[in-house]
Amino acid sequence: MTGPLQPGEQLPALVVTPDRYASVRYAGASGDFNPIHIDDEFARAVGLPGRILHGLYTMALLARAQTDALGGPAHLKTLTVQFRGVALAEHEIAIESLVKEVDGARILVSATARQQGKAVIRGASVELEA
Amino acid sequence: MAIDAPALELAPHLYAVGREKIREYARAVGETNPLHLDLAAARAAGHPDLVAPPMFAVVYCAAAIEQALFHPELAIDFEMLLHSGQEFVWGPLVHAGDEITTSVTLADVSERIGMTFYVLQSLSRNQRGELVCSGRWSEVVRPRP
Repeated sequence: MTGPLQPGEQLPALVVTPDRYASVRYAGASGDFNPIHIDDEFARAVGLPGRILHGLYTMALLARAQTDALGGPAHLKTLTVQFRGVALAEHEIAIESLVKEVDGARILVSATARQQGKAVIRGASVELEA
Repeated sequence: MAIDAPALELAPHLYAVGREKIREYARAVGETNPLHLDLAAARAAGHPDLVAPPMFAVVYCAAAIEQALFHPELAIDFEMLLHSGQEFVWGPLVHAGDEITTSVTLADVSERIGMTFYVLQSLSRNQRGELVCSGRWSEVVRPRP
């Protein structure tokens, strides 16, 4: 970052296209083996378009956009999200982060995770420390 | 409407943070910061060992959260369960070698239009008693069609 952040400024966007097996790796890493994330047949049987990415995986991408922008994990203090939709592997996910307020070292950011034009996470509230 | 949250008997869960688990998690979410992957880089930056990404909280909280969600008193219909929201507030960083104890309580239960909403609160402390993460986990159980 060059200079202090200002309200209205965008943090660098993070754009990721999770590969076909991203949710399988995330299931192993997180311990969440819910079949909607790893089994296409099961996912379709419960009305989903196919196996979906874990909401907490997308939240981790959103967190990474913040820590990459600020320069490391210690800068992320609070993150609050609502999961609004499903995200699929092999389609681009874009994280956009807008600085809302700066109060000394404390930075409030509103962030969104979008896929194919739809918000998967909208209005995530982030508190960072410079 | 709010309904009385049953008092669940939930034991705190101890999770020992491993270096390779941090690397596995970091790779699964695409982290490239060497603090999560490269021991020499983490030590050179003044850390005792690899640093867990903040969202690694889901790993050390998992067993304590599952214990609550699978509690027979709640009898949750898992096929209809959705994770609707999540909040984390972080304290000091977590490193490989730390031992994290997580306690979970059922903070709120309510019902609206046939759906049941649960809010779980987690508190995770390291071996020095420092609060490394508090979490609010919002879950919804939809009615069967």
